[in-house]
Amino acid sequence: MNATSMVTVPATAVPHAWRGRVGILGLILAEISLFGVFVVAYLFYIGKSLSGPYPKDVLTVPVLATICLLSSSISVALGEKALHRGEVRRGRLWLLVTVLLGGFFLAATAREWHRLIYREGLTIATNLFGTTYYPLVGLHASHVIIGLVMLTLCCVFAWTGSLRQAHADRVEIVSWYWHFVDGVWVVVFTVVYVIGR
Amino acid sequence: MFAPVSTPAVLIRDVAFFVLGITGVIFVIVAGFAVYTIVRYRRRRTDEPSEPPQVYGSDRIELAWTVVPFLIVVVLFLVTARYIWGIERRPQPPDAVEVTIIGNQWWWEIRYPKLGVVTANELHVPVSDPARPTPTFITVESVDVVHSFWVPQLAGKMDVIPNKTNHVWIEPTRPGTYVGQCAEYCGIQHGLMLLVVVVHPKDEFERWVAAQRTPARDDATARHGRDLFASLACINCHTIRGTPANGVFGPDLTHLMSRWTIGAGAARNTRENLHTWVEDPATLKRGALMPAMKVSREELEALTSYLATLQ
Amino acid sequence: MSVLSRDMTGPEAGESHRTVLDELHDWVVTVDHKRLGIMYVVTALIFVVVAGLEATMMRLQLAWPGLHIVPPETFNRLFTMHGTTMVFLFGIPIVFGFGNYLVPLMIGARDLAFPRLNAFGFWILLFGGLLLHFSVIGGDGLYGAGTAPAIGWFAYAPLTGRAFTPGNATDYWNLAIFVTGIGTIATAVNLVTTTLTMRGPGMTFGRLPIFVWVMLTVSAMTLLILPPLSAAQIMLLLDRYLGSHFFDTQAGGSAVMWQHFFWFFGHPEVYVLMLPGFGFVSEIIPVFSRKVIFGYTTIVLATVSIGAVSLSVWAHHMFAVGMGGPLDTFFALSTMLISVPTGIKIFNWLGTMYGGKLIFRTPMLFCCGFLFQFLCAGLTGIMLSVAPFNWQLTDSYFVVAHFHFVLVGSLLFTIFGAIYYWFPKVTGRMLSERLGRWNFWLLVIGFNVTFVTMHVQGVLGMPRRIYTYQADRGWEIWNLITTLGVPLQAIAILIFVVNVIVSLRRGEPAGADPWDAWTLEWATTSPPPPYNFEVVPVTTSRRPLWDLKHPGDPDGPHE
Repeated sequence: MNATSMVTVPATAVPHAWRGRVGILGLILAEISLFGVFVVAYLFYIGKSLSGPYPKDVLTVPVLATICLLSSSISVALGEKALHRGEVRRGRLWLLVTVLLGGFFLAATAREWHRLIYREGLTIATNLFGTTYYPLVGLHASHVIIGLVMLTLCCVFAWTGSLRQAHADRVEIVSWYWHFVDGVWVVVFTVVYVIGR
Repeated sequence: MFAPVSTPAVLIRDVAFFVLGITGVIFVIVAGFAVYTIVRYRRRRTDEPSEPPQVYGSDRIELAWTVVPFLIVVVLFLVTARYIWGIERRPQPPDAVEVTIIGNQWWWEIRYPKLGVVTANELHVPVSDPARPTPTFITVESVDVVHSFWVPQLAGKMDVIPNKTNHVWIEPTRPGTYVGQCAEYCGIQHGLMLLVVVVHPKDEFERWVAAQRTPARDDATARHGRDLFASLACINCHTIRGTPANGVFGPDLTHLMSRWTIGAGAARNTRENLHTWVEDPATLKRGALMPAMKVSREELEALTSYLATLQ
Repeated sequence: MSVLSRDMTGPEAGESHRTVLDELHDWVVTVDHKRLGIMYVVTALIFVVVAGLEATMMRLQLAWPGLHIVPPETFNRLFTMHGTTMVFLFGIPIVFGFGNYLVPLMIGARDLAFPRLNAFGFWILLFGGLLLHFSVIGGDGLYGAGTAPAIGWFAYAPLTGRAFTPGNATDYWNLAIFVTGIGTIATAVNLVTTTLTMRGPGMTFGRLPIFVWVMLTVSAMTLLILPPLSAAQIMLLLDRYLGSHFFDTQAGGSAVMWQHFFWFFGHPEVYVLMLPGFGFVSEIIPVFSRKVIFGYTTIVLATVSIGAVSLSVWAHHMFAVGMGGPLDTFFALSTMLISVPTGIKIFNWLGTMYGGKLIFRTPMLFCCGFLFQFLCAGLTGIMLSVAPFNWQLTDSYFVVAHFHFVLVGSLLFTIFGAIYYWFPKVTGRMLSERLGRWNFWLLVIGFNVTFVTMHVQGVLGMPRRIYTYQADRGWEIWNLITTLGVPLQAIAILIFVVNVIVSLRRGEPAGADPWDAWTLEWATTSPPPPYNFEVVPVTTSRRPLWDLKHPGDPDGPHE
């Protein structure tokens, strides 16, 4: 092939940042599909448990935890925007707030599960409600944990001085994952605490 | 399925011929065109070395070959829908025979609720007269895993699913014996879960029902075996009406010898095979859930003799 | 040694000895999409041989009624492993392996978007495959050493529950496939990202090779359909180990729900397998007809619409489940509709060949075999879409014949075509034409002897997955003929293996562009350097090399 008959031009026209963004969007799409199936199973089995306890008897709406989790989307957005502007101090503060809010949500979930298991006698094996409730909420909680690990790492890097403005795009990708996790909670919350009760 | 003797199977064969006709024509046209193209346009040594004219597409041709298949699909779909509803929506006439078939690993439990008959692995039905139809409407259920009821000459398949009740109907118009078998993999002996359907003329069917309703024969010569049966674990799984045996885990044995095979097709129902079965079912049907009864030789003889009297 | 003149493909100058270990190390640590692509394909080919041996044993057992070549439980393990291995350890790896190798080259990129994720995908596939096969020696738990799963490749509930399948064999199936699924999702993310963000200069979406469009479509499909399988597998795992009741019918669970989840994955999955075959054919037929593909836009639209519609047809695998008239009708309709874009492609390929100058080298032979066999596969598929007809044909050998026409007669043939076509690019050597012809003809004859005949058993009422049958059913002659096709196919595969081994050493050197083709991968050396292109070429049309070879009549104005 005659190289001189070709023109040397920059490799891609699409900005580099979009690689990570498309990648995380692809992952999010797959995760939506994953959660979707657990949601379908939950909806299908509503009212079909052969015996109690039943949702309306034992579920309490986790209002405060939900507010915390959804607020954490705001805090992570603020943090990521601050990093983009170069304000690393402010950025890492908002990241820390996000981790704390997410941590509170997890603790609330843990408390709720402890009550359901030990006081109400609802386990995954008890009935169809238990069968569908724990995996759905648990799958979400596991994603919260993954998100928190990533955000905590960002915080650690921020506080040790390794996280700089140049990394803002990568933190943005983490924040997109976090938004997804929060979005899933909106769906889970609606299905479990509104529709299913 | 191309030798149907029952209305739903006949309907399916009719729609099958229709589809085969359409697909056959499509095959001939497309494959023919492909053969023509391959032969006509193969590169020959005498060809010029230049590239042939590059044709990038043709909106008209491509539209045509999209629209025509689409229309074929519309026609096919409308016909299909008619047959789906025609078969699924058949109302149950008043003289229909009602049967409940319960799939087990690896045998069929057959009950006639209104006639008070319980048997296994062989379904007996009356032939249906178009003037006064007597189809058989079957409810299928399962106690364990998914099975599938399939007797090709009589009807399409219907899956037999635990925690779900399905319905299928047959309307045989010719007497005879028709064989089917389980059509959904259900474990180690899925391959030996045969189902025999015997279609009787009307009066013959009534005689069969009457015979099946009677309690078990009490043959004096087999009393020893009968008492042995009642004293062993056999009664936990099997029912023999008229005796203390009322287990439901295994097939009803009241009229065992009226059936053509044992073990849902594992072996012909002869005294010798019965002997082998009772000694150790795994010899004839490996993995069968009935355990080897581990009785002495003398007990085995007595039991077999007793079972052989259960006409 | 100056950086500018350093040869980046070979060892450092002065390092005259490279041991086998050095070579092996390079392969193990590689993140190069080309090497990973080769590793995917080679792994897949090893597994296809394993699965083929399993099939051979099944066909021996079924050649005549009442044979005792294998006991029932072994037969059941054979068909489970055969199906599972073929779909997950041959089909998926090989199509994604080709995608791995070709997509960056075809779009003018230097690698995939996430090279390390790419490597992860391969190694987790290999791990999953080994885990599944470890069950042969390590499964079954309580019941003694070693048994493979015997639940069927679609693992219907509640047979898979602890109550009906004790021991660990099922768990090997569950976990191995779950793990490979993660790898597949990772590769799909990689391919989507690469295609969307790393196209070379001038490579607009409208100029992408059809194979790239296909890989984009199947990758997007994978993101949507593989997670439902993973979800169902998690549910099965929870049922088996934590006592949940997702599919536990004794506790009110639904067996049918597993089927819905599985087939929501399972049906689009077979399109994920077959569409890349269409992609291969769409690259090969034009080159060997010396004509541009007829109707590029239609083919692309057909591909994308097949991908989309395939998400709505899944319950045509469940017509006998008793879903009721409305659902049976809906799924019959959606299945019939998908035949339209699929059929159109056959016309596009024939339209490409018509008026061309057909050169019947081995890749083209395989594509021609594919055309006839895929026509048959599609037509039997239409038969199966007619729900009442399906009530007789489903779960019988008719369906087995149909899907082997799709997966062997169509997909495998296109894969052979692709291997013969791109082997020169990957290795720098041509495969032997003579051995290629033997490969093709033996395979065509053996395949049709086996699988055309198989339709007959199905129509005569022989169900699937039975380890034997009785002499009075009328099936024996057909089963015998079916089995007789197996040795021919086995020899064909053997000839292929010999061809590869011999050609690697003594094949004719290929050069950059042995077929006089038109897409970007032929614009670099054979094999390509690790960085793919010395200078990334500028794309001016759908056939960049055609434009360069025919400056007087470039494609651009015609598109």
